[in-house]
Amino acid sequence: MPDHALAVRRLLKSFGRNSVLKGFDLSLDYGSVTVLMGANGAGKSTLVKVLCGYHSADGGELQLAGQNYAPLNAADAIAKGVVTVHQSIDDGVIPDLDVANNLMLDRLAEPGSGFFVREGKLRREAQQVADSMGIDVDLKARVADLAVADRQMIAIARAMARKPQVLILDEPTSSLSATEANRLFALIDRLRDAGVAILYISHRMSDIRRLADRILCMRDGLISAVFEEKPLDYEAAVTAMLGHRMNEVDFTVQRGSGAVIELKDLKLTAEAKAINIAARDGEVVAVIGLLGSGKSRLAEVIYGINRAISGEMRLDGQLYKPDSVQQAVQQGVFMSPRDRGTNAVIPAFDIANNMTLPFLSAFSKGSFINAKRLRSRAREMNQQLGVVCQSETDAIGTLSGGNQQKVMIARWLMEPSRVLLLDEPFQGVDIGARRDIGKHIRASSKGRATLVFMTEIDEAIEIADRIVVMAEGSIKGEHINENIELASLISDISGTETALSGQAQ
Amino acid sequence: MNNRILDFSIKYGFLILLFGLILFFSLVTNGFASARSAAFVLQSVAITGILALGVTCTLVVDGFDLSIGAVATSALMLSAYAMVILEQSALVAVLLCLFMGALVGLINGMLIVKFRVPDLLATLGMMFLLIGLQRIPTQGNSIATGMSLGNGVVAEGTFSKAFLWIGRHRFDMFIERLLPMPVVIFLVIAVLIWLFLGFTRHGRMMYAIGSNERAAGLVGVKVNNHKIAAYMISGVTASIGGILLAARLGRGDIASGNNLLLDSVAAALIGFAVLGAARPNAFGTAIGALFVGILLQGMTMMNAPYYTQDFVKGAVLVTALVFTFYLSSRRTGARR
Repeated sequence: MPDHALAVRRLLKSFGRNSVLKGFDLSLDYGSVTVLMGANGAGKSTLVKVLCGYHSADGGELQLAGQNYAPLNAADAIAKGVVTVHQSIDDGVIPDLDVANNLMLDRLAEPGSGFFVREGKLRREAQQVADSMGIDVDLKARVADLAVADRQMIAIARAMARKPQVLILDEPTSSLSATEANRLFALIDRLRDAGVAILYISHRMSDIRRLADRILCMRDGLISAVFEEKPLDYEAAVTAMLGHRMNEVDFTVQRGSGAVIELKDLKLTAEAKAINIAARDGEVVAVIGLLGSGKSRLAEVIYGINRAISGEMRLDGQLYKPDSVQQAVQQGVFMSPRDRGTNAVIPAFDIANNMTLPFLSAFSKGSFINAKRLRSRAREMNQQLGVVCQSETDAIGTLSGGNQQKVMIARWLMEPSRVLLLDEPFQGVDIGARRDIGKHIRASSKGRATLVFMTEIDEAIEIADRIVVMAEGSIKGEHINENIELASLISDISGTETALSGQAQ
Repeated sequence: MNNRILDFSIKYGFLILLFGLILFFSLVTNGFASARSAAFVLQSVAITGILALGVTCTLVVDGFDLSIGAVATSALMLSAYAMVILEQSALVAVLLCLFMGALVGLINGMLIVKFRVPDLLATLGMMFLLIGLQRIPTQGNSIATGMSLGNGVVAEGTFSKAFLWIGRHRFDMFIERLLPMPVVIFLVIAVLIWLFLGFTRHGRMMYAIGSNERAAGLVGVKVNNHKIAAYMISGVTASIGGILLAARLGRGDIASGNNLLLDSVAAALIGFAVLGAARPNAFGTAIGALFVGILLQGMTMMNAPYYTQDFVKGAVLVTALVFTFYLSSRRTGARR
């Protein structure tokens, strides 16, 4: 038996001029969990895509159980024994079929498995798979009706039916609750005992504490630190991942002048504690928290998409009660939503039309659009934010993620606002574009209150004057972003065992 | 270089094909290249063209209106009923029809937006409902002056001159009585919808809705209102088509207008391929309607039998769809 289940040496991968993996080394051992940590843009997802056969490597050596490994595509990677469970679990299950059919799907799809489905046999075998995985759900239930964790378990169980040598889990707990996560951990323990080499990508401290046999930190396409001696030093790992980036913040923290928006006794859910917070003119406030911490919900309440259970909001001292997005926008409350692909980008439009969509009336007389003025305004904004493109009439789909996001942010910087809400503005954005966007948001912050909702702490430190931490629908802490002691912030965050933990990225 | 050829053929291929057809028919047939024949082609596509322009608006918001054919025939029956049986004036008949079209569009829109019925199903249901409804007042009979209303009563009303004028008048242009009224109306509606979709704020917002409804909603576009408006435009244009049909026929013929739905949807879909738009657009729709009209006219003049017509339409549609979806996807694929 070779020493390593999977060995990667000097792996290279670049996209155009942008080199993502710059000679990456990795080895995974049988029966061990290797945790890979890395900030956004470090190259984690590119690595996963190379390993699971979605991208091909530009250079370097990949060996699986001592044999050369060069997957042609995703199916080939699975056939060779490298199975990946991606972040979006619904890729791994068929929601409209029941659990038994989902578990047996690969068996059904095998050639020579017979024309007629033998229902009884199928259910018996499904039951065996479920038992061996410790999955305890009704096999007749439709997968779409199950909890997220159960769906994830089924996706993993399906993956395990292939008897993989290497299992890659890409941020599997990002949408799970604590108890759901625990069930996943139990399953991972069983797989480790069965000798599977596991690569676990996450930066949730609670996961890492629970699972890691070894921690690798990744920065800018390289391994920046390896921790394998027990006890593992988690805080050093976080520091290695964030690295010196903290020092690169160079702005003077603004306290802001008068309060622009005040939330008073606002309750997002019946169980949550009331939120009391104000954001001031000229101030950039980062609201950080996990998925499900209520931060996106809070953004939606301020933007008029959702209603709070109780409490009130005041905008410039006046009662503010938006019933719709239109009302919020009219009163100068703008929001750039998260997941720009689903929530923001109009794929059929070019840059100029994407950018100007909310304020078309500013470019039209009667209802007729003045295309010239619209384009020249878009050109101006492109220059201001440094959008890399041929011209403002390029299709939005031709831009990179970072440039698309610049266009989406520019959309809301076109007109002056009182409150600017940015929900995960750095999602899927490379570091260069992120700096540009951050700089521009800070430079233009006079005259409005800016609330940035995000998950990543280092991003928050990069942009915010004040950092507000949310969990379980309420506010857990507040820090002025001035000489924040990294250690204290991290221990603050990794200390609590509830939802917020491990948010330390 | 290869890419440029592909780009060029996607953009102008369909228009070149159209001119090629015109040239071909002009050379091989006698009298195709005449003003009369052009006016005839236009007249033959005017009504389907008007319906197609309406359905284009629903396609723009990523919807679909299957009820347009039924709305048109309902308008046909309603105008006949209003004039022949209720003995109303042309104006009242026209207004009734337009109102009916708007109402049907509103109901379609509400079903889709408020009751979340998928667009195809909602408008399919509406289509059935209207086909049935238009037969009820006359017990399934066509409407004409002198028809028996039971109990020995006979319908006394007539199609008024003014009403028939809408369908039958021909304007002088170069030649006496050349340009039929329906063609003028078709061209006017085409220009209006072209301006609306391409150059106004609301048109732009409709395209945004069609491309990414969520994103449009999140920037403050009133998604529901725009969608309902699209179906109302579709309903009104379909009722205009029905009025023109009634005015041309001069009677409430229960069996006419069977092909309207398929022909106009085909025209709108062929329009995707024009100028490589790959999306619904008014100019393309008008060209799409003309394309079918020219092809059929030319073939008729070459003595092709009438029963080959649907086959030809289908072949054109399939070609256009391949243009749109296969070639454009290859183009974006090549660029990536």
